[in-house]
Amino acid sequence: MASHTFLSLLLFYLYSFHLLRPIYCSFGSNGFETTSVPKEEEFSEELLLKPLPDYKVLAHFHFTSTSPPSSSNGKHHHLFPKSIAQLVKKYKIRELELSFTQGRWNYDRWGASDPLSTANGKPPGVELWALFDIPTKEEIDATWRNLTHSLSGLFCASINFLESSTSYSAPLWGFLPNNGDLRYGALPREAVCTENLTPWLKLLPCRDKAGIASLLDRPSIYRGHYHSQRLKLRSDGLNGIVIEQTLSVVLQPIDRTSWSMHQLFKKSLTGKCALAKSSKVFLEIEGNLVSQNENILELVGEADMVTNDQRDHSTIYQYNVERYSEHEALDIRVNWKKLLQVSFLQAPLHASRFLMGSGNERGSIAISLQSARNSTKGLYDNSKNCFTRVVIFQVVPWYVKVYYHTLRIYVDGAIRDAKDVVEKINVAPSEDKVSPGTLEMMLQFPCGMMSAALTLDFDKGFLHIDEYPPDANQGFDIPSALVSFPDFISRRIYPDSISSPLLQSYKGRNIVKSYTEVLLVPLTTPDFSMPYNVITFTCTVLALYFGSMVNVLRRRVSEEERLAKSKDKRKPGLIPLLISKISNKVRGIKEDSANQSQSSQPILGPKVVFKVVLIALIAVLGHYIFNSS
Amino acid sequence: MEVAEVEAEVEKKATATRSRLIVRLAALLVSHSTLVSVVCCLAGLIALLVLPLLAKNTYISENALLPGSANPVLSYQHVTQANNLIMDIMSIADDKQAPDIEIPKLIAKYMEILGAETYHHKFSQPQNQFHPLYFFSSSPNSPPTLANLSYGTSTVGIIRAPRGDGKEAIVLVSPYNTQNAGGIDASASASSIGLAFSVFSLLSRATWLAKDIIWVASDSRFGDHTSVSAWLNDYHNPNFIGDASSTRIFKRAGTMACGIVFKVVEKERREKYEDRDVVTLYAEASNGQMPNLDLLNVVHYLAVHRQGIRVRIGMFGGLVKSHLVRVLGEVMQQVGRFARSLNPDWRFEMPSSEYVEGTATLASSIYSQALGVPTGPHGAFRDYQVDAVTLELSPRFSLKNEHTRLAFLLKGGRLIEGTVRSVNNLLEKFHQSFFLYFLTAPNKFVSVGVYMIPFAFLVAPLPIIAASLFNLTSNRNPWRWLHTAKPLLITHTWSVVVTLLPFYISKISDLPSTHCMLTWAGGSLMALVILYIVFGSPYSKHVEWRLLKAVMIASVSIGLCLMSIINFATAQIGALFVVPMCLFALPIRVKTNNSLIRSMVMTCNLVMAVLGFPVTAVALMQGVIKGFGTVSILEFWDSMKFLWGWNSATYLYLVLVHLPCWLLFLHILFHPCR
Repeated sequence: MASHTFLSLLLFYLYSFHLLRPIYCSFGSNGFETTSVPKEEEFSEELLLKPLPDYKVLAHFHFTSTSPPSSSNGKHHHLFPKSIAQLVKKYKIRELELSFTQGRWNYDRWGASDPLSTANGKPPGVELWALFDIPTKEEIDATWRNLTHSLSGLFCASINFLESSTSYSAPLWGFLPNNGDLRYGALPREAVCTENLTPWLKLLPCRDKAGIASLLDRPSIYRGHYHSQRLKLRSDGLNGIVIEQTLSVVLQPIDRTSWSMHQLFKKSLTGKCALAKSSKVFLEIEGNLVSQNENILELVGEADMVTNDQRDHSTIYQYNVERYSEHEALDIRVNWKKLLQVSFLQAPLHASRFLMGSGNERGSIAISLQSARNSTKGLYDNSKNCFTRVVIFQVVPWYVKVYYHTLRIYVDGAIRDAKDVVEKINVAPSEDKVSPGTLEMMLQFPCGMMSAALTLDFDKGFLHIDEYPPDANQGFDIPSALVSFPDFISRRIYPDSISSPLLQSYKGRNIVKSYTEVLLVPLTTPDFSMPYNVITFTCTVLALYFGSMVNVLRRRVSEEERLAKSKDKRKPGLIPLLISKISNKVRGIKEDSANQSQSSQPILGPKVVFKVVLIALIAVLGHYIFNSS
Repeated sequence: MEVAEVEAEVEKKATATRSRLIVRLAALLVSHSTLVSVVCCLAGLIALLVLPLLAKNTYISENALLPGSANPVLSYQHVTQANNLIMDIMSIADDKQAPDIEIPKLIAKYMEILGAETYHHKFSQPQNQFHPLYFFSSSPNSPPTLANLSYGTSTVGIIRAPRGDGKEAIVLVSPYNTQNAGGIDASASASSIGLAFSVFSLLSRATWLAKDIIWVASDSRFGDHTSVSAWLNDYHNPNFIGDASSTRIFKRAGTMACGIVFKVVEKERREKYEDRDVVTLYAEASNGQMPNLDLLNVVHYLAVHRQGIRVRIGMFGGLVKSHLVRVLGEVMQQVGRFARSLNPDWRFEMPSSEYVEGTATLASSIYSQALGVPTGPHGAFRDYQVDAVTLELSPRFSLKNEHTRLAFLLKGGRLIEGTVRSVNNLLEKFHQSFFLYFLTAPNKFVSVGVYMIPFAFLVAPLPIIAASLFNLTSNRNPWRWLHTAKPLLITHTWSVVVTLLPFYISKISDLPSTHCMLTWAGGSLMALVILYIVFGSPYSKHVEWRLLKAVMIASVSIGLCLMSIINFATAQIGALFVVPMCLFALPIRVKTNNSLIRSMVMTCNLVMAVLGFPVTAVALMQGVIKGFGTVSILEFWDSMKFLWGWNSATYLYLVLVHLPCWLLFLHILFHPCR
């Protein structure tokens, strides 16, 4: 093992000469971090720790692997995960993001408009989107289906449920501007556990054996309040393939006022992954925590570098993991000296979504947007020409039949005509058992607005018996909606002296966005436990009722009598006569008994009753004596 | 009836053609209709009386609930914090400085310390307006008028489950009264808040939560139910128009999985010495809806087997002392003993005291369901298909003593913690156990399959009697019943008018209830007279009394069956009144041979004509239940107002089924018999 590490170290040092080149940057258009064009595969690992205002800690692991467009090794890879490279090649993926999330990102308390929270906030469950480099729609759909199956196998998750056309959609601009080559799907109910983490770690060159990933102690990271594990990849001819693997966890320190890395993870960081180009730990402190009063926080552990971003929003303490070893582990300790209620940068509008109405028949989805400011002043100013744009992207399963014409928009407690507010709208109505409904909507609100609400009415559909999931009785999920604010960019620019893929990604033009809650719609659910009872019971009742009813309605007594009389007159043939004679003989006995029962009134005289009672009494007495003896 | 007619003809000419077995059976039943009806009615009554014997022990049906599988972790630390809150509330209440503003603020402050999201929900007293068109729909979504000075303020706190997805929520409700903050039950009222707070503070640190927790400290100045129902209405049907500030602060937490309402009540006068703390369960929601039996089972299991709290449910104390019930109990015991001696496997022997208690509890259960009025704030939840239950905790010792209070809070808190934990374990909504049941003891229930039997026996003779009466008429025309349909139509039109009259009467403000009652009666009489003038007398020459009775029985049986679907208990009690009326109805002027039977029937008829009148029937029912000393016929208007205030279908039953039945009964009674 040691020799292996040594060999790789040696290799790394050899190659590192090639890497000492100036890095030139250009901003990507879609929020991706920009990189140089490396000649060789690279890997870097970073960890960002950030104290949150409610005394929790955000730990953000960030691993980047790059593969040059034309590898000198042909199909073989040195550091880069082969499975991903094959995936990209086979399915012609331009961009892909897969996230596994448990818990909810608290936009109110953990921040909503800084780049970290914009990137971190993901809907619960699994979210997958991909951009393909394929011309026709049919081919894209087919590729998507294959992709879901591949990823499902790769990550031990039921991503293959996104294969069905009822579960994914193709938004045009609500999620990400594209030319129809984007596919988006979400599985809100997917549970996230270690079985998803292990394959994710396998993509790292050192797995979790060395370096920053060795901090990932399962019990401590799954104890957190929020857990989001992501894989984001981008491939083009210029840069080759870049994958970013990130894992964000929000942890609650045992002692609210003081925590250290060792306490949080129950493990210590003893050195870097030998294959990593860079291995750094950052501690980010929001500006208003430090600049206001230097005495709120106390840091134990000397940082290698301390920088602020351009607009002094935050301070970054950088620690190079290389310096630490088994003898001297890296352990950052933060002490809160004062307990403060500080709020982070809020999104311009706080979005929440909820269901209205009750019952199994219909309801409404409401999205409410509230200005983050509590003062009576609105967003920025009340001038007439100031508008805030809001983009809402929402996918609704087909069994929730949304009537899009019922869209009502309320601004500050007054209903507004949709024409005045909606700037752009794209609706793909759902088709039963074929496709989900997709709503993309760009709204324009006056800046002075305090609150707005949108409602959409829906009917609850009926499912076929085999479409019910095993736990249908909880209800059905509507995946999170995405609310984004195209006028608001979250970016932080740090001095170039820090070369870090993580901080580079902060420089991109990330649009401020937030996901809403998942909704649970109770649908009518048949009682699967007793279909047999219900079927037999109803069938019996219906058969009895309809049988006798039809019989009575159809029958004409006088006609029958006439027919019977005419039958008597007519001489029957030989064979029918024989049959009737035989049947009469058989029936004769029955008929007699039937007649007896019908005329049983005189027979049921006192004598018979007396006899019956006598026999019953004798039987009871006999039983009594027999039992008592 | 056509069936019967055809059958009759078939019977007459039965010699030539053979009819089918089922037809012959029906014909047999019709020909012995008197015997059948007597046997059925007796069987129905006996089955009703035997119900307490047939009750089964409750059991937890949903395995996922796992009640009591985790040790309660509510500690003295939580309870002491809660005690601090109680002391603070009491000191504010003693100061008498606007407690209705200060107490919500204080509760919100305490909630915020725990890291909960907090807001105040303001509501005003709803106008208890009767509107016939909104009967079965939810209450009309009228904009709340906070303009009038008095409004209540509920404080709501939400804990987000740390790793939950926020799809579901458990609601805890603790009512308290700010108006009466300095009153006699002030310490109990503050203790409800304290109890909720102790559980809430525990849950705010719990890592096992899968569902969000909402705590509503509801202001019960207009009654416990009003505040909860106002909050639930705003939760489910927010009003975006108008003052946006209230909708702005309103926070939600997904679909509700369950509601638990709890309040502490300190009994001042103690009837008998209690050796334990007592929790009383209230479960009946509007129109006889019940929460899932599993919810009650969980509370019962945790209270009895984990915390050692005694569980009670509603019971009519008067029936326990009643001699009739005691004698019945003795009879049942003897019968059970005899049956067991016959066959040791027949184990339905029950001690008479147990039978008496079971009967009293069952009567209370049937009565509260039949009334169709919720017995507590949990009723508001059921209107939104959320299972909920009210726990009324009464301590064994006084709450004034701090030590006993802490011990009581710990016990009650652990009960609620366990219940929350069980519901939290649930992956699905409550669906496994019964929704239709009567309780005969906290751990005994009568399921729908059993309690339907007495009603079925009572209703079964009605169609048979109708068919036999139809056969007995002299007229042979198959459409002869059409003439009798006219009085039926008139009667039912009249009953609809009577139903709607209170709506217009209640619009005239400031009338004392006696005047309202008289106006209602007068209006109804006038409507009847007008209807007769317009449509003619009900006694035209084609209207035979037998036909009239047959038609009346048919319409009543339809009404009863419909009502049994809406609210079974109402139909059950109603059948006890209506079925004898239907069976015994006989004109005074009819001539019969046996004068003894005739005089007996006539006496019964006259008694029923008096007792069957809805006003007296309601008074009789209340008298049986609550004792006759408190009942007055003049209170009928108030009790009806109470019913329609709660949107109870019992009102509709009384006026649309019972009243026309009674009127037709009178018609038959005074039939000229030409």
